[in-house]
Amino acid sequence: MFHWLEKNPFFFAVGVFIVIAFAGLIEILPNFAEASRPIAGLKPYTVLELAGKNVYKKDTCIACHSQLIRPFKSETDRYGQVSLSGEYAYDRPFLWGSKRTGPDLHRVGNYRTTDWHENHMWDPKSVVPQSIMPAYKHMFTNIADIETAYAEAVTVKNIFATPYGDEIKGTKEAWEAYKPKVLEEAKLIAADMKNQDVKDAVAKGEIPEIVAIIAYLNRLK
Amino acid sequence: MQSNAALEYDYTVAKLFTYTAILFGLIGMLIGTLIASQMAFPELNYLFGEYGTFSRLRPLHTNVVIFGFTVSGVFATFYYLGQRVLKVSMAESKFLMFIGKLQFVLYVILALGMVVSLLMGYSTSKEYAQMEWPLDLLTVVVWVLWGISIFGLIGIRREKSLYISLWYYIACFLGVAMLYLFNNMEVPTYLASGGLGSIMHSVSMYSGTNDALVQWWWGHNAVAFVFTVPIVAMIYYFLPKESGQAIYSYKLSLLSFWGLMFVYLWAGSHHLLYSTVPDWMQTMGSVFSVVLILPSWGSAINMLLTMKGEWNQLTENPLIKFMVLASTFYMLSTLEGPIQAIKSVNAIAHFTDWIPGHVHDGVLGWVAFMIMSGLFHMAPRMYKREIYSKKLMEAQFWIQTTAVVLYFTSMWIAGITQGMMWRAVDEYGNLMYSFIDTVAVLHPYYAIRALAGVLYVTGFVMFAYNMIKTMSSSRELTEEPQFRSPMA
Repeated sequence: MFHWLEKNPFFFAVGVFIVIAFAGLIEILPNFAEASRPIAGLKPYTVLELAGKNVYKKDTCIACHSQLIRPFKSETDRYGQVSLSGEYAYDRPFLWGSKRTGPDLHRVGNYRTTDWHENHMWDPKSVVPQSIMPAYKHMFTNIADIETAYAEAVTVKNIFATPYGDEIKGTKEAWEAYKPKVLEEAKLIAADMKNQDVKDAVAKGEIPEIVAIIAYLNRLK
Repeated sequence: MQSNAALEYDYTVAKLFTYTAILFGLIGMLIGTLIASQMAFPELNYLFGEYGTFSRLRPLHTNVVIFGFTVSGVFATFYYLGQRVLKVSMAESKFLMFIGKLQFVLYVILALGMVVSLLMGYSTSKEYAQMEWPLDLLTVVVWVLWGISIFGLIGIRREKSLYISLWYYIACFLGVAMLYLFNNMEVPTYLASGGLGSIMHSVSMYSGTNDALVQWWWGHNAVAFVFTVPIVAMIYYFLPKESGQAIYSYKLSLLSFWGLMFVYLWAGSHHLLYSTVPDWMQTMGSVFSVVLILPSWGSAINMLLTMKGEWNQLTENPLIKFMVLASTFYMLSTLEGPIQAIKSVNAIAHFTDWIPGHVHDGVLGWVAFMIMSGLFHMAPRMYKREIYSKKLMEAQFWIQTTAVVLYFTSMWIAGITQGMMWRAVDEYGNLMYSFIDTVAVLHPYYAIRALAGVLYVTGFVMFAYNMIKTMSSSRELTEEPQFRSPMA
């Protein structure tokens, strides 16, 4: 049979494809519907939090930080309650990471504050003297892309039925009408910060990346 | 596999991809060395503003070495040996020649787009699949063009039986196509929201645990179908060609091929042990990872036994040395992986530096060694000149071997230290170390790893220099060498 296959490339390719596709069908598909169910009471990310999540992706925080607390006492002692599948139902993509050069962040919102993050992102060594994490000063000046975050909310609402309210719609007018809400949320974060440039920017209606990512990190609980 | 004097093979496309393999290898490894150094000396994060932080550069490193260096190597070797094992020249078909060149042009555009967009921070944050959707579409085009080349050449072949290497190239083509398509299913937010926000943004079709499953089905099998399958294709051709020895066992190659195809895909979930993925899937991942030793070692042993009775070549020909060490590192790496996939070992190893350690004994010792040997073997035949310097090749071999050993030993120690410290408790059951203690303790190992990077890049520069000299100013050959590559 193998000799025959080696002389018949079409059937050879079909054979290879069946053999490699097999595992995916059996191992991945069966759990799909169940694993996408959210836990009770899970709220979708706000637009500001989504913008922060996009900053998290832009600067590849997952290169060093996980968001997955494994079921060991040493991990629950260090980071909090073990992670549950339903908590990730609105994470597109998932951000579990594969490396902990720094600590896990899945429940960082429980034990760090806006103030702590502000100091830490500006100069990690000021908070953790032995830290090897780089400073992210550019987040204090780069302006977060809120419109794209809004577009993401519209997308997941329309396509994946993520429960956002009626005011989130895919039109320019709806976005203009929604913008002040995002700014209100940003002002609450900025009020707890001390960097004057950030405060000024938010007062002017622009949201620096640092505000968005702190909103996202505070949400991780 | 006897050489056919009547047929003049056309290496235009193979040469083009050889250049990109050298270029991207150099760039990717330089970035790798920089980010390794940043972990030991964090001040190095500030060389290029926001574009120089570890976090921005890490995906660039992985993408450039995978899709730049390795994939170029795969294409270059395919366009070289595909013709030879099928006994047909690219020059015989204008159409295939055009497809090959078009594939190269689009590939270069894609690679530049990848580098620029990742530096700017356009990333889906799915590992080894960070490119945003427009680049994903271009990837599909490049890949399909390669498929046309493979099956086009097969279509006009003179040799009816497909040689083993081609089985693996076909599997690489199909496997990557399937995995890449499914893992990169994403919805562009610009299009789905009626034109709001950035065009370079998308959301994954899958969420949370499902996304994790699909991602690691891809992530693990990208290792299979980019770092293993086409590299096995190379060694099945280049080792017998360079040594003049026939493959030890056809049956063993059958077992290894079909075994690898069937088993590899199951093992992806070993990246998700103790996660929120159902237990039975985790167990399947573990079990199949251990089974995977069989087909992996099957190929490696087949290679080593091919050298039976001819071990003296090891002392005479540095290229044989590269290839034999490559299959040895392949064995090491494919034994180490299954060990890490055992649940109780994984509890300690996961999230630690042992994982990059494992990856790099595979990619530095096996993948890069094999690609470099392939290109070295091809050079005298493509450029009709002898290899510029045997001495340089010898030196490169020892420098890079030292580098690989330093890399994985330091990361083994670092990883296990880290894993043990995270879980260490005192007599009252309280955690003994704060997280930062477990970072600070790793400094010497990170420094050793950075040194390993410097050594490996040095070796790669020697390789690049040797290749360029071979192409341009080495002694010309009057006829094609049958087996052993001539070198000065």
